[in-house]
Amino acid sequence: MQNDTIAAIATGLTASGIGIVRMSGPESFSVISRIFTRKDGTPGDFSRPGRIHYGFVNVSRETSDEVLVMNMKAPHSYTGEDTIEIDCHGGPLMMKRVLEAVLSAGARLAESGEFTKRAFLNGRIDLAQAEAVIDVINAKNDDSIKASTSQLKGSVSKKVGELREKLIRSCAYIEAALDDPEHYDLTGYAEELLPILTEILSELEKLIASYRYGKVVKEGINTCILGKPNAGKSSLLNALLGEERAIVTNIPGTTRDAIRESITFDGLTLNIIDTAGVRETEDTVEKIGVEMAYRFAENADLILYVIDSSAPQDDSDRMIMDFIEKKGLKAICLYNKCDLDPAGTKNPENVSRETLRVSTVTGEGIDKLMNKIRDMFVDGSVRLNDQVVITTERHVELLKKAAASVKNAVSSVESGMPEDFWTIDLMDAYTALGLITGQETGEDLINRIFSEFCMGK
Amino acid sequence: METQHIHEIYDAAVVGAGHAGVEAALACARLGLKTIMFTVSVDSIAMMPCNPNIGGSSKGHLVCELDALGGEMGRNIDKTWIQSRMLNESKGPAVHSLRAQADKQDYIRSMRKTLENTPGLTIRQAEVAEICVEDGKVTGVKTVSGAFYECPRAILCTGVYLKARCIFGDVSEYTGPNGLKAANHLTASLIDLGIPVKRFKTGTPARVDGRTVDFSKMQVQHGDPFVRPFSLSNEPEDIDKPQVDCYLTYTNEETHQIIRENISRSPLFSGTIEGTGPRYCPSIEDKVMKFPDKDRHQIFVEPEGLYTNEVYLSGMSSSMPEDVQYRMIRTMAGFEHASIVRNAYAIEYDCIDATVLKATLEFKEIRGLYSAGQINGSSGYEEAAVQGLMAGINASLSLKGRKEVVLDRSQAYIGVLIDDLVTKESAEPYRMMTSRAEYRLLLRQDNADLRLCEIGHDIGLLTEEDYQAFLLRKQQIEEETKRMETTFVGATEKTNTFLAAHGSDPLKEGHGITLAELIKRPELDYEVLSELDPLRPELSWRVKEQVNIGLKYEGYIKRQMIQVEQFKKLENREIPADLDYTPLKGLRIEAKQKLMKIRPANIGQAGRISGVSPADVNVLLVYLEQYNKTHQ
Repeated sequence: MQNDTIAAIATGLTASGIGIVRMSGPESFSVISRIFTRKDGTPGDFSRPGRIHYGFVNVSRETSDEVLVMNMKAPHSYTGEDTIEIDCHGGPLMMKRVLEAVLSAGARLAESGEFTKRAFLNGRIDLAQAEAVIDVINAKNDDSIKASTSQLKGSVSKKVGELREKLIRSCAYIEAALDDPEHYDLTGYAEELLPILTEILSELEKLIASYRYGKVVKEGINTCILGKPNAGKSSLLNALLGEERAIVTNIPGTTRDAIRESITFDGLTLNIIDTAGVRETEDTVEKIGVEMAYRFAENADLILYVIDSSAPQDDSDRMIMDFIEKKGLKAICLYNKCDLDPAGTKNPENVSRETLRVSTVTGEGIDKLMNKIRDMFVDGSVRLNDQVVITTERHVELLKKAAASVKNAVSSVESGMPEDFWTIDLMDAYTALGLITGQETGEDLINRIFSEFCMGK
Repeated sequence: METQHIHEIYDAAVVGAGHAGVEAALACARLGLKTIMFTVSVDSIAMMPCNPNIGGSSKGHLVCELDALGGEMGRNIDKTWIQSRMLNESKGPAVHSLRAQADKQDYIRSMRKTLENTPGLTIRQAEVAEICVEDGKVTGVKTVSGAFYECPRAILCTGVYLKARCIFGDVSEYTGPNGLKAANHLTASLIDLGIPVKRFKTGTPARVDGRTVDFSKMQVQHGDPFVRPFSLSNEPEDIDKPQVDCYLTYTNEETHQIIRENISRSPLFSGTIEGTGPRYCPSIEDKVMKFPDKDRHQIFVEPEGLYTNEVYLSGMSSSMPEDVQYRMIRTMAGFEHASIVRNAYAIEYDCIDATVLKATLEFKEIRGLYSAGQINGSSGYEEAAVQGLMAGINASLSLKGRKEVVLDRSQAYIGVLIDDLVTKESAEPYRMMTSRAEYRLLLRQDNADLRLCEIGHDIGLLTEEDYQAFLLRKQQIEEETKRMETTFVGATEKTNTFLAAHGSDPLKEGHGITLAELIKRPELDYEVLSELDPLRPELSWRVKEQVNIGLKYEGYIKRQMIQVEQFKKLENREIPADLDYTPLKGLRIEAKQKLMKIRPANIGQAGRISGVSPADVNVLLVYLEQYNKTHQ
């Protein structure tokens, strides 16, 4: 496979001071030579790598852009190939023009994820690292950046590698004993193996559990605001957003559609869905809104249940409470309008739930809310600096598969199945873990991953 | 006067008449090829120059598979066995392995009788010196006397005879096993054909006069009371006979002391032997040096046959000097006054790098030339026999213009063996082991018929009688399995009394359960459950065994089948035979060299080549994807 030379805009297509057009492949240096001139009109010399060249790229007959060009020689680049990076002016139009110039000088437009694909295929990064690249690009907040950069350095690969090593060592011993029973004895090996497997299992479960946090960090918490009409749901949303985006009126049933907003607070992102008020109603349109509210609530990670603390509870309140109980949803009950009931006597708090007294008018309790959410979603023991956090669904699925296999092996050992059965499941676990880093070859793994990669990287 | 050379015409020539050669020759002749089989000595046809037994761990599997395909080894040992045991019975059914002690002379005579009475098969005592090839195709073989045997198919089954050299201490003789003539000419012809040749070694223990051994000082090893035949064509009662005993004794500190003191006199350690020996069949001096903590090693004492007093000291292969051999043997309990009949020795021989072969065992570059057995770098009678069978089958099928047969790793140990030989460059003689089979639970010796009889029948080697018996068995297994899955047992007092008697949990009231579910309980099995199963039909032991194993380990079997599905996905990704690897960037140099040398048939095989990493396979996968797009 003689790789051709690819190019793409590496920075976002938004107006900014500087934009980068990146090119990778064997023709990179000659392509840039064709369109680059130095200030004095002479061509650039790209024979020596690792230099920055100041000059101009001709983007049309009349126009050129002032640029800095960096050249990196294979294999000392991200892709492992000859690479050129052009720092041009960051207007979307100018970036497009520079890219077009590069393309017409002989490069091909990179496919989605093609730079990372090349980095992977050239052995610069492993699979888990390649996936982390995408996470870094898409990172929404600081914690997310931290998790994915740690993965990029190989933290997941390293951890998974250690577990694989333990599994294969046990398998190897069992297999050796099956083939050479005289010299490798399995008497009492069950007692030796079980603690090893238990430890592997707990490591796996820790990684799987980290995904809950990893997912929260990466994708944000899907939060559904639920409550009776006029309990102050939209006001809560506005208070959280700090801006008047949702319509707030005193007429019950105005917010019939769900409103989505995203708010980042102290490293956590809430994806907020404000729903129509929930109450018994005959109005067909409103009924649809209510059903929709329930559906959103059911799929949310967190429910913010807004209660009007200035009015006594009624059937609609109980209906919502029952729904939350029955579905086992994670919820915080917000006793809103606490400014209207400073004594807290009109609508006593339900002590069996997480509760918080807030006022969207005075802003009381809103800061506490964010802390409470953090407590609920971020395990106190999770520290990004010393623990590997799983952020990719593919990884967590494979980890779950591995854990299930180890569990099968444990039950084989415990139920007294002969040793040769143990390795069937242990090898399954070994393979599943290998698929995370690409140490095992899965048939359509590669294509699936690269299709998810974004342009330019 | 001009020399007149013999010139005869055949369809196939088989070079060698050991365990590979006889299977190859029989397969060719039975499939209708006019076949000639060459041997350096007709008296050594199907000779067992080492251990006096057939089968054993994973090798028993090979014999059962060979039998299901229509080979001869299983039938022959069933005729000539003198003791039989099922090994590893305390473990799972996947590693149960049948092993039978053979009367060596009887085994030879019986196999020779079969060969001599096979229509279309000629036996010729002569040394083949040259393989004749024109335009990349075999045209015939030439013997040392200059006789030319014209044939479009030739199968190399030279065993350990190519430039064989036997060594013990500082004594070294250029002979094959048991002083038989070595084949000293053929190697040069192979090298001329561009075939890479390397040197391997193996060894055998001493044979001792049984009259000088005190068996009362050893542990006796009886045969099994219920003896299973290897061959599907036999029932236990057909082959039943009185059995002889084997014995177990041990080396001790004194034995090890003698070995350690004399280790410098061992040709292995002094460097006289250049060939590489099998790690998994080590000499006693290897074991003593490798396991310094072990204060003893097992030595099984096995009779060489009913016709002789000679006993074989299994586990004591050696190339120590004669005097050391005497001293170390006499340290063992029962051997204090032993007299040696034949010395232990190591044997060195030429073999080929089998990665030049296709999985059909045909040379990639020489049409019509096949290779099987120890010449391919394997070790063991059974390993040789199955290769001989497959080479014979494929030589015949290809000559008839039929599709050749390649068994994959999920179908048979034979598939694992051959795939390993032609894919991995082995640095030592290759011995079959259960750990080499990834899908072991599916590749049991008890279900070899279910896996392979259909293929054996398609090939045309399985007798019609055996095939019909197989079809009936298969149907009965399916029906009985179904019946067990649909027969409910109520939570009655009778049921629970039965369960309690077998240490099994009682059923809860109103919670009936199928017999199939009950079989899964570790403490129960098909046989035991007959008490709760009044409507059970009369079935043969083979059917009952299959039903029991299939149901009892169903969960594991299903999981292993999922593994096989994954495996097949990569096996089915074929790599074009003419794929050009040179422009493939991203492959590491070593991987590229290996891929270009071995030219794997599919992605799965590519991944099994040592030196090809998963990252390399990924590169290959992506490239293939692009290649297929542009070549559609």
